[in-house]
Amino acid sequence: MKDVLVNVENLTRIFDVSKPWLNRVIEREEKKTLRAVNDVSLEIRRGETFALVGESGSGKSTIAKMIVGLLGLSQGKIDFDGIDLSQPDGAEMRALRQRYQMIFQDPFASLNPRWRVNKIIAEPLRQFDMESSESDRNRRVEELLELVGMSAKDGVKFPHEFSGGQRQRIAIARALSSNPEFIVCDEPTSALDVSVQAQILNLMRDLQDELGLTYLFISHDLSVVRHMANRIGVLYLGRLVEVADGKELFRNPRHPYTKMLLNAIPDLDMTGRKVAPPDGEIPNPINPPSGCTFHPRCPIATEQCKREIPPIRNSDAGSVVCFEAVRA
Amino acid sequence: MPMNKETGRKMSLIVRILDSDIWYSFTRSKVTMIAALITFLIFASALFAPIISPHNPFDLASLSLMDSLLPPAWSAEGDPNYLLGTDDQGRDVLSTILYGSRISLAVGLVSVAFAAVLGITLGLIAGYMGGRVDAIIMRIADVQLSFPAILIALLIAGTVNALAGGMDRERSAFTVLVISIGLSFWVQYARTVRSSTLVERNKEYVQAARLIGLHPFLIMLRHVLPNVMGPVLVIATINLALAVITEATLSFLGVGIPGTQPSLGTMIRTGNDFLFSGEWWITLFPGAMLAILVLAVNLLGDWLRDALNPKLR
Amino acid sequence: MSDTLLSVKNLVVEFPTRRGILTAVDNVSFDLERGEVLGLVGESGAGKSITGSAVIGLIEPPGRIAAGTVHLAGQRIDNLPSEKMRRIRGDKIGMVFQDPLSSLNPLYSVAEQLVETILTHKDISKKQARDRAIELLDEVGIPAADLRIDDYPHQFSGGMRQRVVIALALCADPELIIADEPTTALDVSVQSQIVSVLKKVCSEHGASVILITHDIGVIAEVADRVAVLYSGRMAEIGPVRDVIKHPQHPYTKGLMGSIPTITQEGDRLTQIPGSMPRLTDRPPGCAFAPRCEMAMSACHHSHPSEENVGTARVACHLITKMGAVA
Repeated sequence: MKDVLVNVENLTRIFDVSKPWLNRVIEREEKKTLRAVNDVSLEIRRGETFALVGESGSGKSTIAKMIVGLLGLSQGKIDFDGIDLSQPDGAEMRALRQRYQMIFQDPFASLNPRWRVNKIIAEPLRQFDMESSESDRNRRVEELLELVGMSAKDGVKFPHEFSGGQRQRIAIARALSSNPEFIVCDEPTSALDVSVQAQILNLMRDLQDELGLTYLFISHDLSVVRHMANRIGVLYLGRLVEVADGKELFRNPRHPYTKMLLNAIPDLDMTGRKVAPPDGEIPNPINPPSGCTFHPRCPIATEQCKREIPPIRNSDAGSVVCFEAVRA
Repeated sequence: MPMNKETGRKMSLIVRILDSDIWYSFTRSKVTMIAALITFLIFASALFAPIISPHNPFDLASLSLMDSLLPPAWSAEGDPNYLLGTDDQGRDVLSTILYGSRISLAVGLVSVAFAAVLGITLGLIAGYMGGRVDAIIMRIADVQLSFPAILIALLIAGTVNALAGGMDRERSAFTVLVISIGLSFWVQYARTVRSSTLVERNKEYVQAARLIGLHPFLIMLRHVLPNVMGPVLVIATINLALAVITEATLSFLGVGIPGTQPSLGTMIRTGNDFLFSGEWWITLFPGAMLAILVLAVNLLGDWLRDALNPKLR
Repeated sequence: MSDTLLSVKNLVVEFPTRRGILTAVDNVSFDLERGEVLGLVGESGAGKSITGSAVIGLIEPPGRIAAGTVHLAGQRIDNLPSEKMRRIRGDKIGMVFQDPLSSLNPLYSVAEQLVETILTHKDISKKQARDRAIELLDEVGIPAADLRIDDYPHQFSGGMRQRVVIALALCADPELIIADEPTTALDVSVQSQIVSVLKKVCSEHGASVILITHDIGVIAEVADRVAVLYSGRMAEIGPVRDVIKHPQHPYTKGLMGSIPTITQEGDRLTQIPGSMPRLTDRPPGCAFAPRCEMAMSACHHSHPSEENVGTARVACHLITKMGAVA
């Protein structure tokens, strides 16, 4: 019996991208909508790292924001530890908020430039009334700074005095201050140099082992994801096209898009593997192709793929959304 | 000095200021330093007017009509007691300038503060809330911008004075002026703060605050406000000069500070009547003082804007 | 005609600041052969972009080349007056920068920009220039080039725009192309497309490429040789395969070890402690010494000089002393 911490069902998010009313009337244009997230269902098990991989327009950041409540849902529901996140209110919601947190991509924008570091890290402590006195709070902040590999003395400084990697550590310290069980990491290392990325990824894994955290890890970098994730979901234009166990996805990719992404990974091991840049470009999400949205770029597309949207085929290995892959 | 955290912080603040790019650019520009000095002197003399002024022009008992319309001390009929001459009521022009600039500056500072607080608040709300609230506030702002500030101030001041009738104009004049000038200037602040707010609102630190359930009001106050205040200082400085001129204009037109406790503008108005009969000093000196003050503050504001502009550094 | 197109020797680039002189590039030397792709890699602040700008004479005053020489096809170019350098840049050097929106003028169509550039360097008719432009767009993989040539930059997607920029860089048939982070602003799948287009057209046109990037994956796919910069100095330079698979310099080793690959096993990535010093706070001696596990006392006192070690050139006291590492 899987211990599911976060259950996402049929998540959909539609943005209204029409021009302002007056322009539409004058230019006689229709309302335009963008389906950023299209019927996504997944479950995240306690203690694991679930990765969402995709390129721009795949909807991965939108899903992250919807799970933590920064964006509303157009359709679908999200359960956290069995509780439907749309229901609670007030005190119940506050108690729930304490249990999940988020780390953002841009280390420069995720910390308030006018606040000192200790105030930034202490904010969740204050908000959730977690420590009884100021000196207790200060002590906790110092503990957290050391937990993420910085010094307690860094608390009095301002964010601009730190490098990108250090700021990301501060962001991690802030995320940990409310003692959450679940952390959504939205491309946490994409803006960092490679050697700094290694430090942060190692830190995140150590913290996961030490504190029993569950991660939703969002990234566009398959190599990073392979290193970090237990299970991986591949997104294309808002739809989850394949879900599989970490290493299995790389050994045995099933969806053509996954194969295309894997073939494009540079050969840094110098194995002589043939690297093929992907075909075509991501279509405009406002006007996606019919049927299976991947068909224009797919080497094995058939007439059916152009007309119908493939259903989800679940198996022990995971799930895949493709007519041809399942047939093979 | 005992070295505790607070002292340490204050000293490091001073060190940071002295070490900063802004101080550096300040000390490099002679013009700015002179302008700052002049502004400081004018403010100081206005503040200490009762102490340094040779006479008290508002003390009606001390005035002597015998001494009225005396020219400046260096001319033939001048009296060394009255350095810059006297006006038609026997008031020493120099003292009146000192006391008058007090009033002018007070009106300027308070009205700028009022405009700033109003504008910042509305700008923050419009930028953060977006949607209809934003649209409403901005339409009001747009409508107001199509009127010149003087006209608005005139309208408000004139209307209130007419409604108040014979009421104690001397005491209400200050408040009426501050409100009318303040209401005509808030839009600039609102617009700047609104556009900065729109930028900050989407930044991840604001999202992090929303994530932990912080109330939008607190987010605006604690997170967004400190980050959008930057341009406000520049606008306020340049605004101060404009506010003082607006007050002077309104007083000149008769709807500002009444004549018994004159501001610089009122003095110019009074003096205007005597200009053509040859008593030039009653208008000229307050006018010169006004011009110097405004120039100095404007130069300071110009420098501040360039110094704070990251693109020029 | 010798095989060496570009020769950079002992380049030093300085920026005077309020707090003293900042040495952004400190004694960097490398050669570029005709037809080769040289990668210039380093992390943020290593000085790779400044090196690229210095080589083509685009350092803005008060920054300046304080020492060293740059020779292009035998001619010295670092000390030329700006007008002459501008002409050399126009004729012999093509540039591809990170942001296609700043290389392309949004107010002119692609045709206008390409044709104008071609006509500046070739004495042919407008129609011939237009045909040539369409050919170039075709070469960089723009579908239906003859129709799309009249579009404006904003009508192209990010990847297509960067292809247009590459075509623009090739207009004058340059001998040297400098690409500074050409793929950083693009989507991952588009990145590898652009990089292979760059390699293909450059080899077809016989142009040599200096590819400046922090992305080692891109280098692995496309470069012949790679130079690794650290804090404004050259740590290691050698054939791509060797530097990536058998790095000699401790920094390069740490760098390569910290990149997750899809074949590695094991839970931890190699982690170099600390971070690269800012250019204002360079330590005495070897810039990497404070973070280096194998630092000896000499490392803290004197700069290592570059020595040939196997196929690479490495600046490390330890390597100089002990020879190549397996």
